[in-house]
Amino acid sequence: MNADQTLPTSRIVSPDSGAKLRTEKVNLYYGSFQALRSITMDIRACAITAIIGPSGCGKSSLIRLFNRMNDLIMGSRVEGNVALDGVTIYDSKIDVAEVRKRVGMVFQKPNPFPMSVFDNVTFGPMRHGVKNRAELEEIVEKSLRQAALWEEVKDKLGQSGLALSGGQQQRLCIARVLAVSPEVILMDEPCSALDPVATLKIEDLMRGLVEQYTIVIVTHNMQQAARVSDMAAFMMMEEDRAGVLVEYGPTSKLFTNPKDKRTEDYITGRFG
Amino acid sequence: MEIRTTFHKRLREIQDDVLAMGSMVGKAVLRSVDSLKNRDLELARQVVADDQKINNKRFEIEEKCIELIATQQPMASDLRTIIAILNITTEVERIGDYAVGIARITIMIGDEPPLKPLIDIPRMAEQTVDMLRRSLNAFVNRDAEAAKNISAEDDMVDHLYDQIFRELLIFMAEDPRTITRATRLIWVAHNLERSADRVTNICERVVFIITGKMEEIDASRY
Repeated sequence: MNADQTLPTSRIVSPDSGAKLRTEKVNLYYGSFQALRSITMDIRACAITAIIGPSGCGKSSLIRLFNRMNDLIMGSRVEGNVALDGVTIYDSKIDVAEVRKRVGMVFQKPNPFPMSVFDNVTFGPMRHGVKNRAELEEIVEKSLRQAALWEEVKDKLGQSGLALSGGQQQRLCIARVLAVSPEVILMDEPCSALDPVATLKIEDLMRGLVEQYTIVIVTHNMQQAARVSDMAAFMMMEEDRAGVLVEYGPTSKLFTNPKDKRTEDYITGRFG
Repeated sequence: MEIRTTFHKRLREIQDDVLAMGSMVGKAVLRSVDSLKNRDLELARQVVADDQKINNKRFEIEEKCIELIATQQPMASDLRTIIAILNITTEVERIGDYAVGIARITIMIGDEPPLKPLIDIPRMAEQTVDMLRRSLNAFVNRDAEAAKNISAEDDMVDHLYDQIFRELLIFMAEDPRTITRATRLIWVAHNLERSADRVTNICERVVFIITGKMEEIDASRY
């Protein structure tokens, strides 16, 4: 990879356009502990990629590589290459804020800021320099519509984001990510705190968003990964507890006819 | 507000595939009987060859159903629909095999002189294909009443079969030299009679989707 390149500004929106993200022989260490071992995978553009595996197998560590969230953990160290649109993101010349703008993240627990619905959505764009009120209003409506929340909150934009239901709060967090026009959305257990109906709403929302965005989701819920994703990756720990990628392929294949016996054993409940 | 729109869209696509497969099979039955009636060996060979497309369609539908079961955790009527589709495609595929059987008989008969003009056999074929078409409409429209009524029409096909059987029996009794030719026509009629029975099974599956009950709605006489 050419580390001198700056990140290209054009979005990749065609489903056929190949890898949006790519890892090559990535090792991740937290101090002396190795969390990931030799992970090589391409994340397809405009597709939903799910990462499943038992607790502690490195799923969240893997997803956090994609927007350099692991940098925030003291003593973390990355070997190998992680590329966004072919450009290495672990390079000293890369603007990390720019990476995180392009690769947004939704977390396990809905975490709206303690401010109004409107301000939650405009928080990111304002930080990136959007000041014009009309423009901000347009961003709010567009983002909330994309997050399938507009109809429910359009009359209470001034109300605190914390007053919404859990499912609505999570969709607000998705709207907040969408407001800064990311290209990739990382979701780390986005539905684990939600009831089944709110969960299905988020999943349906994801299927709508994937026409424009590349989505990577980490989930403990194997059924959710099966329902929502196009591609699925199964990870587990090696004996020394480093996370390895066991199998990665189309979801329809991984859940009906996995190639690796360890995947078969995990998804059929024979271990885990 | 529908929330599982993607899943339901895929389920509807599979239903469309079932309709397409039904149409292919209905056409195969009518063409097989046409080939017999007109001694069109080329058409008969075409029916045999086209069966591969029907079989492939069936496997394609099965694979899609397995994928939906494995990935979408269908519940209640959605689950019954997918299970019913697996059964319905088996029945439809078998009707396709009966059409192939008829086409093979046409090929076997070759240019032997006809025993008699075919009148009731084409009627049986038309009746059976009409029942097949309407049973699949009942499936798509989730119409249990229509499905039960179609099943009852199996008696008409059975009646035609009785009539053909008796008529051919008389031929054979009067002139034993007709036995081979008459027996082959009985096979054809039998294939059509069995096809109509398969339609009855489809109707039972339609009722199952709607009511959740597995019941035999009209036992065939054969």
